[in-house]
Amino acid sequence: MSSVLVIGAGPAGLAAAVAARDAGARVTLLDSGDGLGGQYWRHLPPQRPSRREARLHHGWSAFERLQGRVRGDDGIEVLTEAQVWAIETAAAARSAGGPAIAARVLIGPSDAAGRESRRLTADAVVLAPGAHDRTLPFPGWHLPGVFSAGAAQALAKGERIAVGRKAVVAGAGPFLLPVAQSLTSAGTDVIGVYEASRLPTLARGWLPHPQRLLRTAHKGLELAGYAAHHLARRVPYRLGRAVVEARGDGRVEEVVTARLDADWAPIPGTERTVAVDAVCVSHGFTPRLELPIAAGCAIGPDRFVLVDADQRTSVGGVYAAGEITGIGGVDAALVEGRIAGRRAAGGEAPRADLRLRRATTDLARRIETAHGIRSGWTSWLRGDTVVCRCEEVPYGRLRAAAAATEQTALRSLKLTTRAGLGICQARMCGRTVEELTGADPSRSATDTSDRRPLAAPIRLGDLAELATPPNGDSA
Amino acid sequence: MRADVVVIGAGIIGAACARALAREGRRVVVVDRGAPASATTARGEGNLLVSDKAPGPELDLALEAAAQWPLLAAELAAELGDAFPPIEYERKGGIVVALTEAGAGPLRAFARSQAAAGVEARDLTAAEALALEPDLNPALTAAVHYPQDAQVQPVIAAEALLASARRAGARVLTDAAVVGAFRDATGRVTGVRTDSTRIDADAVVVAAGPWSGAVAAALGADVPVRPRRGTVLVTARMRQRVFHKVYDGDYFGATQSADAALQTSSVVESTPGGTVLIGSSRQQIGFDDRLDVAVLAQVAQKALRLFPFLETVPVIRSYGGFRPYMPDHLPVVGEDHRHPGLWYATGHEGAGIGLAGVTGALLSAQLTGAEPALGSVIDPGPFQLSRPSLAPHLEVP
Ligand SMILES: Cc1cc2nc3c(=O)[nH]c(=O)nc-3n(C[C@H](O)[C@H](O)[C@H](O)COP(=O)(O)OP(=O)(O)OC[C@H]3O[C@@H](n4cnc5c(N)ncnc54)[C@H](O)[C@@H]3O)c2cc1C
Ligand SMILES: Cc1cc2nc3c(=O)[nH]c(=O)nc-3n(C[C@H](O)[C@H](O)[C@H](O)COP(=O)(O)OP(=O)(O)OC[C@H]3O[C@@H](n4cnc5c(N)ncnc54)[C@H](O)[C@@H]3O)c2cc1C
Repeated sequence: MSSVLVIGAGPAGLAAAVAARDAGARVTLLDSGDGLGGQYWRHLPPQRPSRREARLHHGWSAFERLQGRVRGDDGIEVLTEAQVWAIETAAAARSAGGPAIAARVLIGPSDAAGRESRRLTADAVVLAPGAHDRTLPFPGWHLPGVFSAGAAQALAKGERIAVGRKAVVAGAGPFLLPVAQSLTSAGTDVIGVYEASRLPTLARGWLPHPQRLLRTAHKGLELAGYAAHHLARRVPYRLGRAVVEARGDGRVEEVVTARLDADWAPIPGTERTVAVDAVCVSHGFTPRLELPIAAGCAIGPDRFVLVDADQRTSVGGVYAAGEITGIGGVDAALVEGRIAGRRAAGGEAPRADLRLRRATTDLARRIETAHGIRSGWTSWLRGDTVVCRCEEVPYGRLRAAAAATEQTALRSLKLTTRAGLGICQARMCGRTVEELTGADPSRSATDTSDRRPLAAPIRLGDLAELATPPNGDSA
Repeated sequence: MRADVVVIGAGIIGAACARALAREGRRVVVVDRGAPASATTARGEGNLLVSDKAPGPELDLALEAAAQWPLLAAELAAELGDAFPPIEYERKGGIVVALTEAGAGPLRAFARSQAAAGVEARDLTAAEALALEPDLNPALTAAVHYPQDAQVQPVIAAEALLASARRAGARVLTDAAVVGAFRDATGRVTGVRTDSTRIDADAVVVAAGPWSGAVAAALGADVPVRPRRGTVLVTARMRQRVFHKVYDGDYFGATQSADAALQTSSVVESTPGGTVLIGSSRQQIGFDDRLDVAVLAQVAQKALRLFPFLETVPVIRSYGGFRPYMPDHLPVVGEDHRHPGLWYATGHEGAGIGLAGVTGALLSAQLTGAEPALGSVIDPGPFQLSRPSLAPHLEVP
């Protein structure tokens, strides 16, 4: 029987684990979180969810089915609180026949001492670590009361905590709408949703070839549903407008919004001030590329993992699924996971899935065309706007260092300013710092903030214990 | 394009050479295939050490460097002003520690030999060592304090040298790889070809770090520089608990050894950013940069022996690069005796940051015939490619 290791138990990883098992493989599924479900389904209370829960979480029954399968199958080992902190590809990691990579895993609460250490290899590996949401900086974004949409939604969905009494949701992308809805359900008065892209841009993304969109009818309808039913009546949804500043004494009291031109530069004279006590912002997603890069997988010019129609990466035996291959929402993650899992186990992918995947890939392209970040946003920054929050590097210092050293490459500027060197290791600010410095990963493979040989912090004591290689431990 | 001197490589060595030459009035063009200060110079640490060097030409160079760094740092700060980030020069001193009975005697003897060569080295009792470094492992068997050891932020230092070179008229071409040489009828090197242009020059200086061997080959010559991989660990920020450069006595054995197998020793130090840097390993595995957990683990283990409190501290990053290694452990700074017009400033292995300034001065003095600006009294002889210890390693002796 072949073995498959699935890293990440979001929609993509869950689907991959079940599909690989269905194709006859022995499966290990792991996730650093303490539960399953990933970004989309993670934030669940431990008790049996109420009917309300099912309404709050789209595709809830799909999740229950997948979770039931992986939890109830002896052929699937499920490891939670299992952090892959490194992928090794050195000769030492090679196992006969399988991909030449090994996952180094620490199991236990993330800041605890004495986490169990394992080194996992398998005949095939499916990488499904997802993405994190990206927030562009703006003056005042460090104030309490400013949330990333992901964090706000986690609070609203998981803990039933309203982020504030009166809020705006701003940024770009189809997920602003579900976020607004989650906030509303948790009791927050959402007084505006601001989508940075303007109508012509949105139309360029969403209108061509509507018949293709229909193939992802479920997703299309879900999003249309948000727009048409929940929001149109209650919450103003404005296009071509952004939050360009948050103000307040110690916490957010008001935000300034402005109209944007097609390039996302604020149009002077269009500013409006609204009193709110919370702002939720999301400008898209950054794929978590450190594991695929460490595994040696080729990354495409769009900065996602390159995969073929079978979800195969450039590295033999390594598959990728979900948001590391493109941002297409939960349905894309599910179908890619099913294909990857099947293929990783040596099976065939159902033709219907291959068809559906073409449609979800089309959807991902539309999202990027309609909502992708445009370069004009940098003009809403001020010299004192902090760009890297871990190391508190303001925009002005970054510009000054770039000018003084005549640098455009990332590595030197990171080291002269400390931008991106902090505890999050540029997960939050990396793409922003790249954009502000003119770094270009197509120029040099090192001119990127995506490379992180250590995928997560590890205590020096835990590391020292690995000095003598543990026995090979196969998944 | 025409220049007096072409410097190949905009790492800290190329930057220092370009600055010294430009300040002598030479028209200098620096060419790098990538961005400046982004290769080896951005992948190491910034130790300016005399403590790890045995009496001999490299120690002489390091002592000269230790004397010159404060002047160089002050010059650069005055020249570049407040708009330029400070190079973080700090003469914080080093403490070398032995943790075994067997290691104590050799460490003290080594220090005595260095003291005879002019190094400030002071034996510490355990109590004195713990007074200087309260969190040090109290089980130490010997400790020596080296007040001349210092540090600098390598990338900022390289950028500062390069900015200063530009102000003196040097031009910097980035994203241009040197692919070949031009020669006259006598075989003298008269310029270089990059992938996009031709640069004519009276002298060509190879300062391409661990790639100097490949660059020399492209120019029709050879220099026996090989890559020696090193890996560094970086912790999360914390309250300062390490005050000097502290390392175990094994370090000396590792730097002076030609053994290709993995060697580790740990130099532990805190940075102005609040992190602790722990380095590093030495391994000859070509340009293989894949992560190897066993190497990281060994580096961690040695650091814990020195500072047991580090056990619970999270490591957030590991990075590393390839030291430009020479088989006889000395850099090459001088003209190629076989190829007139072709010069080298390379092969500094794990000391290129510390030795950058003196290297620039030494090269410029030979190339221009001028008195070195900072008054270097170093004899260039031991750093020539024609030295006997390199003969077995040259294709054409
Ligand atoms: C605010 C917000 C709202 C959204 N709303 C919608 C919506 O309404 N409709 C929709 O279709 N989509 C929505 N999405 C997108 C949806 O969440 C994603 O499409 C989906 O979760 C992607 O699935 P995935 O499996 O690729 O990644 P994820 O769900 O992110 O799962 C990846 C998993 O991998 C784990 N992991 C990562 N690295 C490691 C590691 N090194 N070691 C161990 N485990 C690791 C993570 O813990 C995580 O659980 C929303 C996203 C956000 C942030
Ligand atoms: C882990 C580690 C720790 C270290 N710690 C210390 C320390 O504490 N103290 C210390 O003094 N030293 C230390 N070093 C050593 C130090 O980093 C090097 O000696 C020094 O950076 C070498 O500088 P360089 O300018 O020669 O090389 P580099 O910085 O590598 O510069 C060479 C340049 O040449 C360019 N180049 C290559 N080929 C071509 C071509 N064909 N055409 C054009 N350009 C080309 C490259 O792009 C590069 O920019 C350490 C090194 C490592 C790896």
